[in-house]
Amino acid sequence: MLLYVFAIILTLTVLAYFHGSRRAASLSAFSDTPLHSRPAYHGAYVAIWAGLPSQVLVLLWVSLETAALDALIAGTLPDAETAALSSSERGLIVSEIKSVARGLIFGEPAPFIVDAAARYGEWQRIAAWCLAASAISLVLLGLAVSQRRITALFRARHRVERVLNGTMVLCSLAAIVTTFGIVISLAFEAFKFFQHVPISEFLFGLSWEPQIAIREDQVAGTGAFGAIPVFAGTFLISAIAMIVAVPVGLMSAVYLSEFARPGFRAIVKPLLEILAGVPTVVYGFFAVLVIAPALKSFGGDIGLPIASNSALAAGLVMGIMIIPFISSLSDDALRAVPQAMREGSLGLGATRAETVLQVLLPAALPGIMGGILLAASRAIGETMIVVMAAGLIATLTLDPLQSVTTVTVQIVTLLTGDTEFDSPKTLAAFALGLTLFVMTLCLNVAALRTVQKYREKYD
Amino acid sequence: MAMAQVAVEMPEVEPEETFKMLGRGVNVHYGDKQALFDVSLAIRANQVTSLIGPSGCGKSTFIRCLNRMNDVIEICRVAGDITLDGRDIYSPKIDAVELRARVGMVFQKANPFPKSIFDNVAYGPRIHGLASNKTDLEAIVVQSLSQAGLFEEVKDRLHAPGTSLSGGQQQRLCIARAIAVTPEVILMDEPCSALDPIATARIEELIDELRKDYTIVIVTHSMQQAARVSQYTAFFHLGVLVEEGETEFMFTTPRDQRTQDYITGRFG
Repeated sequence: MLLYVFAIILTLTVLAYFHGSRRAASLSAFSDTPLHSRPAYHGAYVAIWAGLPSQVLVLLWVSLETAALDALIAGTLPDAETAALSSSERGLIVSEIKSVARGLIFGEPAPFIVDAAARYGEWQRIAAWCLAASAISLVLLGLAVSQRRITALFRARHRVERVLNGTMVLCSLAAIVTTFGIVISLAFEAFKFFQHVPISEFLFGLSWEPQIAIREDQVAGTGAFGAIPVFAGTFLISAIAMIVAVPVGLMSAVYLSEFARPGFRAIVKPLLEILAGVPTVVYGFFAVLVIAPALKSFGGDIGLPIASNSALAAGLVMGIMIIPFISSLSDDALRAVPQAMREGSLGLGATRAETVLQVLLPAALPGIMGGILLAASRAIGETMIVVMAAGLIATLTLDPLQSVTTVTVQIVTLLTGDTEFDSPKTLAAFALGLTLFVMTLCLNVAALRTVQKYREKYD
Repeated sequence: MAMAQVAVEMPEVEPEETFKMLGRGVNVHYGDKQALFDVSLAIRANQVTSLIGPSGCGKSTFIRCLNRMNDVIEICRVAGDITLDGRDIYSPKIDAVELRARVGMVFQKANPFPKSIFDNVAYGPRIHGLASNKTDLEAIVVQSLSQAGLFEEVKDRLHAPGTSLSGGQQQRLCIARAIAVTPEVILMDEPCSALDPIATARIEELIDELRKDYTIVIVTHSMQQAARVSQYTAFFHLGVLVEEGETEFMFTTPRDQRTQDYITGRFG
């Protein structure tokens, strides 16, 4: 039913467009005044009036219909049956009525439920017809009203542009609203966590043992929630990743944009970008199965004890993963520097290397910073590689050869397996998530500010 | 420095020493397309030589051959020989980087680096190690800016970005930047095409002053400009050097019909 209503509205909207534009076109053919807007705008204006209000009506109707019908049906239930029930039990009865109305009958429903189900089905049908009738009459009404406004002087283009403008505002708001929603839900759960564990202990505590018992019979940790070792692990692994990725990415970007022959570039750049398309879980087992054992045996050969899930292995692989972010964005930034800059520098007798170092890199710095930043936030938030290749025990160390854990690994382990949503163990994951979010946000803001400062300095 | 004699009819009799640069049989291809056909042109020392002609006639291509800027373009091939002080600039013994320090270039659109005014001018001296200390470097910058007639306007804000200057000032900054390397020849590829008449007049005055110390080659679309600033003019058409000679005679008594048509505005 709903589908048919949508289809009819859509068809009528398309027809309204052609009607509107045809009408405007014929108007211009028979009058001396030139049209203010082109016929297509008049068509779009009529189509918007025909289609938009009824679509909004259908969406509102659909989102409110169930609740309204439920309330109505609950009101008609005989008092004798429901007076003694709690609200959740009443809810159960309503859902039983609905499944009976849909034809799903389990056992022997009570006669008053069968009655109510019949009523419910009847009402649904009525509601659907009402919706169809009102939506289609709204379309016709919109069409009738708007098409009468078409005159040569009518500013249809301005109206249509205003609607488009509004649509764009809505779209851009969607991202912002989602972000706020995420932050609020995180903050809500984190707040519950901080009722169990003081915020100072979480932010400054040096011991992290969150695996407390949620049933009496479990053997578990003592429940220490100091996040410092976890964040230290994240930063250690991210720092190793950046140490690998920044020089390699930057050098390959410089080579590709300034020195490579076009043929070579055409092959290598897509290949590099394939790296970005490798699923991180694949990097994860590459780290576990290849890099970590190799490092361990190499360490054994030269007499260095390297843990089998060392920060170094995870960091190295993560570094390889983020190379394409840096190289690709830096390459784009370098290529966006006008050719005039290169020629200006070469024309003064600078070598290509001097040109790159002293003119191109500074000019492309905002773009390069952007790439490095994106790579850094990817590294900090990366989960799968570290889940597989990093450790689980939070050790406070800066030694890359030891095993450390990261924020994302802890969130994963806290939220998988036995969980209970009001124990500090589970809630700790949200506190970690919120802290991580705040940190990457600060990183982004700081980097944006540096980029702006350089912009002011250079352009 | 010996001035070129008034030998309009037979420029061949001039002694070659007065030629700062000399192109002989220069052919340039961009991929399959030939842009210059067998061009031979002499650039006389301490004179301004202007290259004129309609768009796409090869004058920019020729000027870019003189400091091997065409090397930067992958598909460009240059044949023939071009000498600077009698030495072939395309010989393997000559380093393009070194050549460009002797033959500087100013481009059509002012292209100051995204650096301060000071650093823009200091760029060349720094990379070539022309100044041994900070005082020397400052002296070079001040002198170059003064020579380019820009110093008085910018002396209070040498550390402001070069891009904050007006179009005409930016172009003079680019000239100062070129002078700072102490080149022997300065190539200017339509240096005034993006400037208003007042800024153009300043640059033209400047070109006339610079002639004392440098050999200048200028590409221009404006025949008035060629007439005002240059002593010698070469007219290009469709990749061919049609006619060259002293500016005065070129504009009063052109020998070729095509030159006649161009300077009287019949095409171009």
